[in-house]
Amino acid sequence: MATANKVADATTEEEDTRAGGEGNETVPVVLQGEEPGACRTSSMLVASDSFVDLELCVEEANGRGNVSDASSEAEVFRDRVPSGPIEEITRLDGLTVSNDVQPSTECSNGTTPSAEVTTEDSGSEQPVTEKVTLVRTPSLEEEEPDYTHSAEWRAHRKHVFILSSAGKPIYSRYGDEDRIVTMVGLMQALVSVIQSRQDSLRCIVVGQHKFVFLVREHLILVGVVSSHESCQQMLLQLNYVYSQLLSVLTYSQLVRIFKHRRNYDLRRMLTGAEKFFSNLLDLMDYDPSFLLGAVRCLPLDTAVRDVVAQSIAQHAKVKDLVFAILIAEGQLITLVRMKKYFLHPHDLHLIFNLVGASESFKSAESWTPICLPRFDSSGYLHAHISYLDEHCRTCLLLLSVDRDVFFTLSDCKHKIEQRLRKYNCLKAISKAIDTEMTYCVSDTDITELRHFLYKSKSTAQFTCPEYEAPYSGASERAHIFGLYQFMHQRLHSAARPLKILYYVGAKEALLGWTTSGFELYAVFGPLVTKNTAINSVNKLLKWIKKEEDRLFILNSPTF
Amino acid sequence: MESTIGASFMTKTITLDNKTFKYQIWDTAGQEKYRALAPMYYRGAAAAIVVYDITRESSFASVKSWLSELRKNGSTNTIVALAGNKCDLEDLREVQHRDALRYAERHGAMLVETSAKTAANIAALFMEISRKLSSVDDVASNPSLMAIRLHQQVEPEEHRKKCC
Repeated sequence: MATANKVADATTEEEDTRAGGEGNETVPVVLQGEEPGACRTSSMLVASDSFVDLELCVEEANGRGNVSDASSEAEVFRDRVPSGPIEEITRLDGLTVSNDVQPSTECSNGTTPSAEVTTEDSGSEQPVTEKVTLVRTPSLEEEEPDYTHSAEWRAHRKHVFILSSAGKPIYSRYGDEDRIVTMVGLMQALVSVIQSRQDSLRCIVVGQHKFVFLVREHLILVGVVSSHESCQQMLLQLNYVYSQLLSVLTYSQLVRIFKHRRNYDLRRMLTGAEKFFSNLLDLMDYDPSFLLGAVRCLPLDTAVRDVVAQSIAQHAKVKDLVFAILIAEGQLITLVRMKKYFLHPHDLHLIFNLVGASESFKSAESWTPICLPRFDSSGYLHAHISYLDEHCRTCLLLLSVDRDVFFTLSDCKHKIEQRLRKYNCLKAISKAIDTEMTYCVSDTDITELRHFLYKSKSTAQFTCPEYEAPYSGASERAHIFGLYQFMHQRLHSAARPLKILYYVGAKEALLGWTTSGFELYAVFGPLVTKNTAINSVNKLLKWIKKEEDRLFILNSPTF
Repeated sequence: MESTIGASFMTKTITLDNKTFKYQIWDTAGQEKYRALAPMYYRGAAAAIVVYDITRESSFASVKSWLSELRKNGSTNTIVALAGNKCDLEDLREVQHRDALRYAERHGAMLVETSAKTAANIAALFMEISRKLSSVDDVASNPSLMAIRLHQQVEPEEHRKKCC
């Protein structure tokens, strides 16, 4: 990661001036609807921009809790934080909060101790939120000190915490939640102090570290990151973590639980779900799907894909079956939907995470409740999940609103599987997974190009070649992902969005380009000039256009 | 072994005394968040196996609540069996066999200690259930009842995370 930081930090300043805005005259106009991968009929996925989408989400949530207006909203989305609040926080921290939230010496008996956090202007007005209850038992604390003293624990690049509004730890990416209670109490205190001033805490930047807060009904999510990721990108990830939690519990259940008992230990309801959070967080550290708000499709011959879609559409005509999804290795093969209903890429990412994080689906047919928050956050869909091939790579999900149709869907699955075998589709799919068909960047015949991401906005799908040398190792992969995050942030920065960005770093030259129809991020060798880069990108667009039927799902089959 | 998400389904055929039993088995999660969904698996079940972990006293404690739920909501002739899993870990045992046996007898349930790891007693458990089934209602005389749905409740895996 150090290398990624270096590229971003060392060159940002001087490159800044010649980076943005330039070069429009050399770039040809691509008409909307003509760009590679433009959708032909209606798209099966909801077209979305990750940041715009996030902003809507956050605004909606804030609407519930009457926080600030739109203009200050935009203000907070900028990368730097206004200096006022920070000073205030530091002052509060120094004056009262830190002193009061460390009553560890007083915790000597078995009763649950609680600490009153007082600030100058709150006190009696909001007694409930100001009360930090410490659930830790004293003996435990003696044996296992708080993680905040552990250098190893603090060294993790990205921490994510979920806590309840009452200040109880629910999830920590690293370590045992019981050993972060003090810190979690402090986080809750910070949030509620700002809230008591009719404002909301978004982020604190301290040197290399960013503390990003996402406040939702009954929950507070906190991300602590020490890298180039922007606050907005961290917020996006926290929002995914929140959705993952809803996907396990549903929004209605969450609200019901906390309505009855504000102090409820939500970990009880999330047992067994920890792996979904950690898998999701790991994925978001290298998979661009989340950043782009788009889904990656498995490159496949249209003929094969059509047969697959038809087989599913014909053999899964069941009342109340909403979506049938075939996926392999985190890539979409086909999605058949009920007319009228569309799937949001956000929800599909949660499905990928569910399948990717669970080994148990490989042993038997499963029937699993899952809530897709963008589809319906108040209830579960019931998913019939099974693998179609003996190597457990191609996974079929049949999602219904009816919880009693397992056996009907099980029959459908067997019919679909037979049909796919008969037409050799499973073989074709497994061949496609085995990278015989997946493509390399060299297939484009553009020698200067090292790697790229291309997102078609109208279909909410993206494509990218395999990661090859020099980006095949894990740390190199993290490095190139850092470059993509950097470009994405520059193009989407709320303060100064760019249409096109050419940027020369220490190890590579970058070109990012966004239009109304697509987003393109290309990585070149460091010696490539701007003109060469632009010519290459134009060539690349032509190549993608030529291959679009294989790389994208351009029709939208329904039952 | 990771905890079950939702429920998985499998079938198994057992032959006993020239009678064939076709089991349709639901392996459901004992986790609290799925508790509300449990009735859809045990409703109309011929038998239910409640699995607990002999190395964890707390898992045996929740057997009791599952048993009372089955008695209250399940059909009256559902055969209930308790399976004390991880019997290969004798050294770590927290639930004594005689305590479990006494409890099972009092509640009219069968008790078998099993090991999913070594497969010990699992076949025996199903044989025992088959034997009971053929004596309770005469399955053989009524071929339409040959398909027996067995629902298995895997007990809460709450603390598994920490122990493996």
